[in-house]
Amino acid sequence: MIGYRLMTEAVFVVFIIFIFSGGLIAVNARYLMNALLGLALSLLGVAGLYFRLGSPFLALMQTLIYVGAVCVIIAFGIMVGPKSKYVEEKKPGRRNIVLASVAAAAGFMLLLVAIINTAWVPAGSRTGDFSVIYLGENLLKQFCLPFELISVLLLTAIVGALIIANIGREGNAP
Amino acid sequence: MISDNLSTYLIISILLFSLGIYGMIRHRSFIGMLISGEFILNGASLNFMAFNKFLAPNPAVGQIFTLFIMGLAAAESAVIVSIVLMVYHRFHSIDPDKVHDLKH
Repeated sequence: MIGYRLMTEAVFVVFIIFIFSGGLIAVNARYLMNALLGLALSLLGVAGLYFRLGSPFLALMQTLIYVGAVCVIIAFGIMVGPKSKYVEEKKPGRRNIVLASVAAAAGFMLLLVAIINTAWVPAGSRTGDFSVIYLGENLLKQFCLPFELISVLLLTAIVGALIIANIGREGNAP
Repeated sequence: MISDNLSTYLIISILLFSLGIYGMIRHRSFIGMLISGEFILNGASLNFMAFNKFLAPNPAVGQIFTLFIMGLAAAESAVIVSIVLMVYHRFHSIDPDKVHDLKH
């Protein structure tokens, strides 16, 4: 029994390593394709954490939507640009790096203090469970309107993206 | 054990958030900034999932909100990629320092 617990913790640590190694690659990479692959690695690690948090469905959706769809869209965006200048970034100046570090550290410290100083109280009574059946019932009863709205939003975004990309081509100025 | 602790997940999510902010200021292209923005969104959804597991009265709400965040992220990245393509065709660059005219 204790062996299983230890193995769970080991897998958890491996997923955390995925998240942060991928994140560091994505943030520091000079070539955009490397940054994209780092993003994919990091998102896979987050999917592992969702699995540990009791929701295999969300882990599957994370892999499917983020790693499958969003990363592929960004890869298209990188590869459609014709020149290599588009793929490789200029080296950031020292001022940029210092500014970025200060902003990130300030945000981190602020949120860390907020987390430490808050007493988290669990809800008194908990109903329902983590199953996909319960999730689907909630999605179609209580959250029906946001569910429909998000489908309208996705349709609008896709049509809008097509129109904007068409305007951008030469000779098609609005 | 560390994986049964709420603070672990919260700290991971704020690390993801600050990683995203760092990348968004450091990157010198719009696509790099979009990639960093995904980190911020993921930090937020991990936060929701952690609260959902440890604190929330109804464990479906956090999962549904995370699903909505994923849908929003997909729509957002599709629109941003097409805008970046348009900007590239107009300005022949995706460096944010060079794209500073509103009318071209």
